[in-house]
Amino acid sequence: MKRGEVDSPLLSFGGRMESILRIIPISLEQGLAYSLVAIGIVISFRILAFPDLTVDGSFPLGAAVAAKMIISGYSPVWGILLAVAAGFVAGYATGFLNTRLKINSLLAGILVMTILYSVNLRIMGRSNIQLLTFSTIFTPMENLRVSRFYLVIPFFFLVAYGLKILLDLFLHTDMGMAMRATGDNEQMIRSLGVNTDRMTLLGLGISNAFIALSGALVAQDQGFADVGMGIGTIVAGLAAIIIGETLVRAKTVRAFTLAAIVGSIVYKMIIAIGLRIGLAPTDLKMATGLMVIVALGLPVLKKEKEGKLHLRGI
Amino acid sequence: MIHLEHLRKVFNKGTADEKCAIDDLTLHIAEGDFLTVIGSNGAGKTTLLNLISGTYLPDEGRIVIDGEDVTRIPDFKRAKYIGRVFQDPLVGTAASMSIEENLAMAEKRGQKRGLRWGVTKAKRERYREALRVLELGLEDRLKDPVGLLSGGQRQTLTLLMVTLSIPKVLLLDEHTAALDPKTAHKVLQLSKEMIENHRLTTIMVTHNMQQAIAYGNRMIMLHEGRIRFDVAGEKKRNLSVETLIKSFGSVLKDETLFTAAESVE
Repeated sequence: MKRGEVDSPLLSFGGRMESILRIIPISLEQGLAYSLVAIGIVISFRILAFPDLTVDGSFPLGAAVAAKMIISGYSPVWGILLAVAAGFVAGYATGFLNTRLKINSLLAGILVMTILYSVNLRIMGRSNIQLLTFSTIFTPMENLRVSRFYLVIPFFFLVAYGLKILLDLFLHTDMGMAMRATGDNEQMIRSLGVNTDRMTLLGLGISNAFIALSGALVAQDQGFADVGMGIGTIVAGLAAIIIGETLVRAKTVRAFTLAAIVGSIVYKMIIAIGLRIGLAPTDLKMATGLMVIVALGLPVLKKEKEGKLHLRGI
Repeated sequence: MIHLEHLRKVFNKGTADEKCAIDDLTLHIAEGDFLTVIGSNGAGKTTLLNLISGTYLPDEGRIVIDGEDVTRIPDFKRAKYIGRVFQDPLVGTAASMSIEENLAMAEKRGQKRGLRWGVTKAKRERYREALRVLELGLEDRLKDPVGLLSGGQRQTLTLLMVTLSIPKVLLLDEHTAALDPKTAHKVLQLSKEMIENHRLTTIMVTHNMQQAIAYGNRMIMLHEGRIRFDVAGEKKRNLSVETLIKSFGSVLKDETLFTAAESVE
């Protein structure tokens, strides 16, 4: 096989295997980095049954805040913490529009997402900030003699899995159970004395804090923050949790958050394979959108009734 | 215990569909009273319960529960006083959550919910014992999602959930109407035991005249948002479905009431 033929769909079997093996570390890295988005979507869509579209704005918000902090000379740790706080506020804002101003949940998310586009531009001062020449959270891992994958992948794994466990624990506390019941049976949990509006506000805040954290880490990992980097985040995240829930056969809370991580990695692998066998990068969002449509539509066409929990929020 | 003064609730105000569901209703319920409420469809029975629980706020009037004026207090803040079982068995429990989680949430009714572990080992043992008494086999299914249970099982579970944190007031909203006769009887017996054991101030809405007469120490009949008939004690005990129909057949145009009455005869 000649050089330069790697991307051809007519590879020999061995060449194809080698090519596919090469995508594993990069898919793991990206999958784990984006799994925080998927976990955030689990909180809004699955736990609260709130179809929150703030995501496409809160993801670049996290990136913008972290990037701006870093180029302004602050430690990347502070950048990340502030990004998380900003994400929480963004989710809280969507919740406020819905619970207090009674704006439809989808519209509330779209409004905040749209507003965030301007906010992100204001934060960054321009549409793109490059971080390659700045010290990020990954810089210490890149100056060593080992391949960066050996450090970056475990780093993302620890962050994603650690936060998954923390979230699982929270969702089994008195407050966490009240949050789950808010998405399951609002009338019931109100009659038991829970202010469901507050649960929605808190849940959307936490959800978007996860998503902004992902944006902050991804920006540093890829070396830039861009105002357009959020487009399609929600659809990709939904694709990830649908894939994950199918693979994990998720029924419990722990399984849902695990499914988010597994699904995110598998989704990135599918995309990488797709690109290798000739999918144009520009068609990526269309492919992902079609994937979600097929996943949601097929059971309906086959008249298989899915459980209420499985379709919740969508 | 409960004082309702000149309550008024109008739906769809100012439109062609305007309906006065509760009209200048005044009612005082003493502590430990077990009040049954009958009336035809649209008489205002469920609206009355929704006003007491705070699901709806009244347009006019005052609501006092246990000495506190709760007229403007939202439903979730009244929950510390009120236990409620709904007509639809699906409403009282969270389907995706386990039996023990539902019980634990109910035990915290009206209390602050913090970051403590929801279902502790001690609680689980307590729930197991409480479930054993129901004889539904649920004591071995603590971790099953409630969605897997039948309507009757869920309604029985909802009743048990009320007892975990004894309320000052119990609202039963046709809570056996959606169940098969056998389960309905069991749930009703269980409710009665619970009310007697804890001397709960209770309001039970029912479609069934026989039930309304057989249970409780006081009965009211609602019609077009007003109390048409109020009977208690000895007089209530001596009441029969026949005399009720004879006196009020003209105002009670609800067929379900008559079917209920016929099946009794």
